[in-house]
Amino acid sequence: MRLGLGGRAGAHRRGSPPEAPLEEGPWGPPPVIEVRSLLKTYGHGDATVRALGGPPDPATGASPGVDLLVEQGDMVAVMGSSGSGKSTLMNILGCLDVPTSGRYLLDGIDVGGLDEHQLSLVRNRKIGFVFQSFNLVPRTPALAQVELPLAYAGVRTAERRRRALAALALVGLADRVDHRPNELSGGQQQRVAVARALVTAPAMLLADEPTGNLDSHSTEEVLSIVDRLNASGRTVVLITHEDEVARHAKRVVRLVDGQVVADVRQAPADGPPPALRDPAVFAALSPHALTEAGGGSR
Amino acid sequence: MNPFETLRFAVGGLSANKVRSALTMLGVLIGVAAVIILLAVGNGSSQSVKDSIEKLGTNSLTISSGSGGAFGGGRSTSGSTGTKPLTVDDARALADPASAPDVKSVAPEVSTSQTAIYQGASHTVSQVVGTYPAYFEASNSKVDKGDYFSADDVLNSRKVAVIGSTTATDLFGTVSPVGRKVVIGGTPFTVVGVLATKGGTGFQDPDDTVIAPLPTVQNAFTGFGPVSQILVEAKSADATTPAQNEITTVLMGTHGIKDANSLDFRVSSQESLLSTQSDTNKTFTVLLGAVAAISLLVGGIGITNIMLVTVTERTREIGIRKAIGAPKGVILGQFLAESTLLSLIGGGLGVVAGLIGSHFRIVGIKPVVIPASVWGAFAIAVAIGLFFGSYPANRAASLRPIEALRHE
Repeated sequence: MRLGLGGRAGAHRRGSPPEAPLEEGPWGPPPVIEVRSLLKTYGHGDATVRALGGPPDPATGASPGVDLLVEQGDMVAVMGSSGSGKSTLMNILGCLDVPTSGRYLLDGIDVGGLDEHQLSLVRNRKIGFVFQSFNLVPRTPALAQVELPLAYAGVRTAERRRRALAALALVGLADRVDHRPNELSGGQQQRVAVARALVTAPAMLLADEPTGNLDSHSTEEVLSIVDRLNASGRTVVLITHEDEVARHAKRVVRLVDGQVVADVRQAPADGPPPALRDPAVFAALSPHALTEAGGGSR
Repeated sequence: MNPFETLRFAVGGLSANKVRSALTMLGVLIGVAAVIILLAVGNGSSQSVKDSIEKLGTNSLTISSGSGGAFGGGRSTSGSTGTKPLTVDDARALADPASAPDVKSVAPEVSTSQTAIYQGASHTVSQVVGTYPAYFEASNSKVDKGDYFSADDVLNSRKVAVIGSTTATDLFGTVSPVGRKVVIGGTPFTVVGVLATKGGTGFQDPDDTVIAPLPTVQNAFTGFGPVSQILVEAKSADATTPAQNEITTVLMGTHGIKDANSLDFRVSSQESLLSTQSDTNKTFTVLLGAVAAISLLVGGIGITNIMLVTVTERTREIGIRKAIGAPKGVILGQFLAESTLLSLIGGGLGVVAGLIGSHFRIVGIKPVVIPASVWGAFAIAVAIGLFFGSYPANRAASLRPIEALRHE
């Protein structure tokens, strides 16, 4: 809160490196995510587990690391089987975990140099989380649930309420504001989570297997909300292993053993997401999604 | 996050586990109530001892046989050749206004324990006192029915007695004892008066007594030997100290003692008795307070325990809150607010319980609440909540969000 919207200011105070093109200048707005040679290992010595960054080069002993650039308004699906490092990447992108080495610029802010308090501000302002297991605060009505990030941001009560109601209306839950998580279906819970994620107008929506615990109907509901959000300009990063979900993304990044092995663009970054470009065709392809869209990039 | 919201979250957190919160509060409640009640009992007992000593009369001095004394401080007299007992002659010497001008009256007394019988009713009187009429004034004993015995009764060794109120009810019941004959230790006495109830606490009931003329008691029970103590009344409360000095000088003369450090008698005023008693009581109160403080501490540890459990249980919730941007301070504040709320409510109810509890007699003592103990116990309880809650709260606030979120 002291930092205001200038998490940026914090980065500058800590001396942002000269080569980083942070300002909106001749190069346009900074990318939402800019990751350079990202590496994450657990343990030491022989027991070292390389969760992200790929195996070390036999000659130099150094891992290549992960590079990733996500433009504003893009909708990226990060795919990979379990153990591919996609959850580790998601934790680092979400500022929940810190990389072992490498640089991560989120909306122009060098996250590596921030202390705990500043990180909590970044999570609050820049990132909206949607988890596989919904992760709603227990015993808390939907409205209070959505107001929570705003409360942590220090928004006044009336304003908070107005924005939370708007966010709930956006996900189609205007009539469920007083319901607690245990009174909502899975799909409704996830929609509350989406409302909570977007209520602070974050730089990106970070969704970790958002449909992993949902039936197909709820999956469609949630994904269509995400599609609409992206169409209105919100940057979305989806972590998933389902082709059906990846089909909705404009760009699919495939991870294997902590390394990016494929990067396929399905639609231009500055247009509507595939599902909204030509809804009829998209829906028609749906039953064959597993063979058509998924098989294409394999 | 304003304080009101933090408080609302804390209430929500506590009400999620009502039984557990209530039991934790109970721990603090018992601690606070124990501090208040036990200190009130200690205070009440010292108050009642003070009252009962004041009832004996503040001007009176008691001379008893033995080493040390009010001034000597209890030095051993094992080296001195024999201890001269107190006698009626000593009392006569003290009654001389020339050598002891601050002494108003002197009453030598002998005491014994005898069984009194009236029409088949038998009662063991713990104190049968033989003395002079001056005893009544010096010991602040007032007659309720009938009259005191007179100096004439003493001179003629008449078998008359003034009895205490407990003795009267035990022997005579509702019948008025005045003028009736009672057999004490085989000797028939005529009851001339009944003393007003003194009341009081302690091991000896001051109302279970029979007071008779000195020569009568000596004749019947103790023999004409030494007296057990001499009760002296000073002219005023201020005159007790000079009177004490005069008594020491006179008795050193009659007992032939030259060294003021090897007295074979002891002069004690009610004041010195009072200070000894209050010292004892202070120790007593401190001990009670310490026991109560320990129970308050245990209550505090209960808070830590429960808060640690709560933090473990809600690790995932903490992770969620951190993921959506709760700063460390807010999490810290939330859990501190919960633990403080526990101790605040527990302490408040403890104060109520303590105040109610101190309305009842406890082991014969009427508790007198010390206002400072109420505020003190409450403040300490709240401080304990803050202090003992800070460890679990800190632990919650320092959880890494990634690990907290993974927690099942």
